Amino acid sequence: MPAKVKRIATDTVGLALAHDSAELHVQGKAVYIDDMREPEGTLHVAPGYAALGAKGRITVCDLSAVRAFPGVVAVLTAGDIPGINDCSPAMGDDPILADGEILFHGQVVFAVIAETRDAARRAARLAKIEIAGELAAITVEDALEQGTEDVLPPYEFRRGDPGKLIAASKSTISDSFHVGGQEHFYLEGQVALAVPEEAGGMLVYSSTQHPTEMQHCVAKMLKVADAFVTCECRRMGGGFGGKESQAAQWAALAALGARITGRPVKCRLDRDDDMIMTGKRHDLRIDYRAAHDRTGRLTAVDAALLARCGYSADLSLGVNDRAMFHADNAYYYPAVRIKSRRLRTNTVSNTAFRGFGGPQGMMLAERMMDQIAHRLELDPLDVRKRNFYAPGRDRTPYGMKVVDNIIHDVVAELEKTSDYRARREAVRAFNAKNQVLKKGLALTPVKFGISFTLIHLNQAGALVHLYTDGSVHLNHGGTEMGQGLYIKVAQVVAEEFGIDPERVKITATTTGKVPNTSPTAASSGSDLNGMAAQEAAARIKARLVDFAAREWKVKPAQIRFAKGRVIIGNQSVTLAELARRAHQARIQLSSTGFYATPGITWDRDKVKGKPFFYFAYGASCSEVTIDTLTGEMRVDRVDILHDVGRSLNPAIDLGQIEGGFVQGMGWLTTEELVFDTQGRLSTHAPSTYKIPCASDVPEDFRVKLFASAGNPASTIYRSKAVGEPPLMLALSVFSAITDAIASLKPGCMPPLEAPATPEAIMKAVKAMSP
Amino acid sequence: MSKPLKIKLHVNGVARELVIEPRVTLLDALREHLNLTGSKKGCDQGQCGACTVHVDGERVLACLTLAAQVEGREITTVEGLTPDGAELHPVQAAFLKHDAFQCGYCTPGQIMSAVACIREGHASSDAEIREYMSGNLCRCGAYPHIVAAVREAREALS
Ligand code: FES
Ligand code: FES
Repeated sequence: MPAKVKRIATDTVGLALAHDSAELHVQGKAVYIDDMREPEGTLHVAPGYAALGAKGRITVCDLSAVRAFPGVVAVLTAGDIPGINDCSPAMGDDPILADGEILFHGQVVFAVIAETRDAARRAARLAKIEIAGELAAITVEDALEQGTEDVLPPYEFRRGDPGKLIAASKSTISDSFHVGGQEHFYLEGQVALAVPEEAGGMLVYSSTQHPTEMQHCVAKMLKVADAFVTCECRRMGGGFGGKESQAAQWAALAALGARITGRPVKCRLDRDDDMIMTGKRHDLRIDYRAAHDRTGRLTAVDAALLARCGYSADLSLGVNDRAMFHADNAYYYPAVRIKSRRLRTNTVSNTAFRGFGGPQGMMLAERMMDQIAHRLELDPLDVRKRNFYAPGRDRTPYGMKVVDNIIHDVVAELEKTSDYRARREAVRAFNAKNQVLKKGLALTPVKFGISFTLIHLNQAGALVHLYTDGSVHLNHGGTEMGQGLYIKVAQVVAEEFGIDPERVKITATTTGKVPNTSPTAASSGSDLNGMAAQEAAARIKARLVDFAAREWKVKPAQIRFAKGRVIIGNQSVTLAELARRAHQARIQLSSTGFYATPGITWDRDKVKGKPFFYFAYGASCSEVTIDTLTGEMRVDRVDILHDVGRSLNPAIDLGQIEGGFVQGMGWLTTEELVFDTQGRLSTHAPSTYKIPCASDVPEDFRVKLFASAGNPASTIYRSKAVGEPPLMLALSVFSAITDAIASLKPGCMPPLEAPATPEAIMKAVKAMSP
Repeated sequence: MSKPLKIKLHVNGVARELVIEPRVTLLDALREHLNLTGSKKGCDQGQCGACTVHVDGERVLACLTLAAQVEGREITTVEGLTPDGAELHPVQAAFLKHDAFQCGYCTPGQIMSAVACIREGHASSDAEIREYMSGNLCRCGAYPHIVAAVREAREALS
C-alpha cells in the first residue's frame, strides 16, 4: 500500500476549467499555422518522390519538366543543402532529401518551390525518377529471412532461467502473433512556415511537439548556429507522437526553400503524402513461451518482441525499450526473459505514437492472460488478479521495485461497479442461446511507467513575468496539442499568485523564450512544465514577500496571496498594487523556473535502476458482440476507472481518458495499415484507413476517475500524467473479442491478430470451428 | 491552366467578389481568398468533415465543392454563426459547455454539421446523433462530449 498523501487546499488547481482556447475553437478563431496570414510573397513547397521502388540506387532523376512548370521558382535536391542533410532525432540516418538512393517507397527525393501550393504539387508529379530496384524487406518476416542488419542492436531483460523452467514445466503456453501499427491521423496535417530574418536568421513556425529539435535540425541543415534559428508553435491540431521527430523534415524543407529563395516558404503536406511519408506506430510480431501453475499463475516467461522499425532508427530505441518495460503490464513474472529486435525494413521509419511502444508490449501480457484462462477454462479476470504485482512479488523484469501499486484496489472497484460477475453469467447465457452472435467480456488493467527512459529528457523550463497591473505572462517548453497542457500549467501559476486564471496570458511555445527543451511526450507535459512554471512563479512571489515584509514590517509568514489580493498582516492590497510598488523599489518581476525529475536512474547497459518516477494505473471492462458469419463487431459497453492522482483539471483528464481509449480501440479494431509487396502503402487516405467515428464509440460508455488521495510521488499537486496511459485501456476490447471467439470452442485460445478487423475475426472464428 | 473567373460569393450575408481559377474549391476560396480560416482542411478529399459549411442551409463539404458551383447561393461558415459581437450560437455554447473538443481542429466542422443535423431533424436521439454526425471525424476522440453537446443544443433550439 502506498503511503498516505497530505492534501493541499487549492483555489484554482483541481477546477474543471475549459481548455485554454475553448472560446476560440467554437468560433473557428483559434489560429493554426495554416491559418496564419501569410507574409507577402510566401511560396509553397511540395515534396516529390519516385512513383515506383522501395529500395535502390536512383539511376534517373530528370526534373526538367518540374522546373519548366509555370509558377515554379526552384527545385531542390540534396545538393542544395548547405549544411547537413539529416532530419533524424539522433542517429544521423534520415536524409531530408534522398542522396543517390532510396530506402522506402515515398522517400522524398526533391522538393518543388512554387508560387502556389497547387502549382508545386502539380509540378512535383512531372518528375521522371527511376530506381535500380533491389530486394526490399517489407515485413518483419522479410527482414528475418533476408537477414538485413537491424537498425539498432538487440536488447534484453532477464531474470533467472526461464528457458529451463519452461522446458521442465508441464503447463506451458506458446504462440506467435502480430500487433499492427497505427497512423497518427492528426486532423491537422504536418505544416511549417519558414520566414527568413535579417543577418541569416530563420523563424520557423512548426506544428511540432519538439520545437528545440526543429531548431537544431534547421540550424545544422542551414549551417548556422542554433541561436540564429527560432522555432515557435502556439498549438497543434493533434500530435499523438507524430509531430515529434516527424515534423522535422517539413520544417527543414520550408527553411531550405526560404534560405534559397529569400522569401517566406510554407510546407503543408497533402493528406496522402502525409500518410505515405511520415512514420507510424511500430507493428510487431511477438513470439513467446511461458509456464504457469495449475491456478494459472505464471512461473516463467520467455518472449521476443520483433519490431518493424522501417529504414532508419528514428525513435526506435526508446519505443522498443518501452515495449519491453511494459511487456509485464501489471503482472509479476518470476523468471523472465524479454528480448527485443529492432528490424530494418524498407518502409517508412516507424516512430513515436501515444504509449511509445508500451501498448504493443502490454499486448504480450494480456495475450498470455487470455491464453492461460481460455486453455484452463478459468475466468480471465481471476487469472489476471492472480498474476498482479503484490508484496513479495514486486520486482519488474528490469529490476525496479513497484512501490505504488494500487491495481488491486482499482480492479476490485471496477469489478464491482461494472457488475462484472453478473454480466459474465449473462454473457454465458447469451452465448448458449445464440448460434451466430457471440458476446465477450473482459476486464483488463493498465500500469504505465511515467518518465522519459532517456533520463536527461526529464527536465523542463518556464518563464514567467508579472506586470505592474498584476497580470501574468506565462511561457514554458511544453507544447499544446489539445491535451490541455496550457490550461493546466496556467492553473498552477494562477494558484501560486492567488489570481484568476484569466489574468494569466498563455503564450506560444518558442525556443526564443525557453531553450533546450524536451519534447512534449511521454505524458510528461504537465509533470515537468507545471513544476518549472510553479518554480518561476514562486521565485517572483518570494521577492514580493520579502519586499512586503520589509515595507509593511510584518513577518513573511503573515503574507498570503489569494483572490487577486495580497494579505499582508492585517492589511491587504491588490497584486497590481504590490507589483507596482515592488517595481518602484527596483525588484525584478520576471523569473525563469526549472525542474528536473528527482530520484530516477537508469543504466541501460547494466539493465539497472529506477527508470520511472511513478506508475499510473487504470482498468477497463468491455463487452462486445461479434457476428460469427461476417466478422462484424460492436462494442456494447465500456466501464473505465482511471487513476490520475489528484487531478489538476478533471474535465481535461476525463477527455484524455475517453479520447485515449477511443484511439486505442481504433488501433486494435479498425485501423489497418496495408503495405503491398512493392512496399507501397495501400491505405494512404481516410477512405481506406478507418479511424473511429462517432458511431463507433460504445453507446454505453462510463468513465470515472479513481478516487485517489494523490500521487505518492511528489508531483505537481500530487497529480499523475494522463496523456498516454488511457490508450491501453482499450486492450479490454481486444480481450473481449478474444473472449467472444473463445466461446466457440472451450479450452482453446483463438488465434486472433491485431487489429481485430472483421477479416481477422473471421479468420480466428474459422480456426475455432469444430 | 484555365483562365481566371470572376465570381460573386454570398458568404455570411456579405457579397464578396473574387477572381479565381475555375478549379478552385470553395474551401480554398474561403481560406485563401477570403481569409475565412475557420473552416479547416483535414483531408481535402471529402473524408473528414473538417471543412463542413452550409450552402443554402444544407451542410456540404467545402473541399469537394467548387467555388464557382455555389455562386449566388447563401454560404455560411463557422464565422457566420457569430456575426460581429453576437452571442455564441446555442450549438457553440453547448460545445463550450461540454468540452466537446481537445485540439479543436475538427470543431468548426463538427459545429456546422451539428447545426444542420439539428435543423434536419436528425438529432432526436443519441443513436441518431451518432449516426448523422459520423461524417465528422475527431481524432482526439471527443465524441461522447460532442454527442452530449448536440443533444443539449437540440433541446435548447426546440
Ligand atoms: S477537408 Fe473536406 S472533408 Fe476533409
Ligand atoms: S478535437 Fe482534435 S480532432 Fe477533434
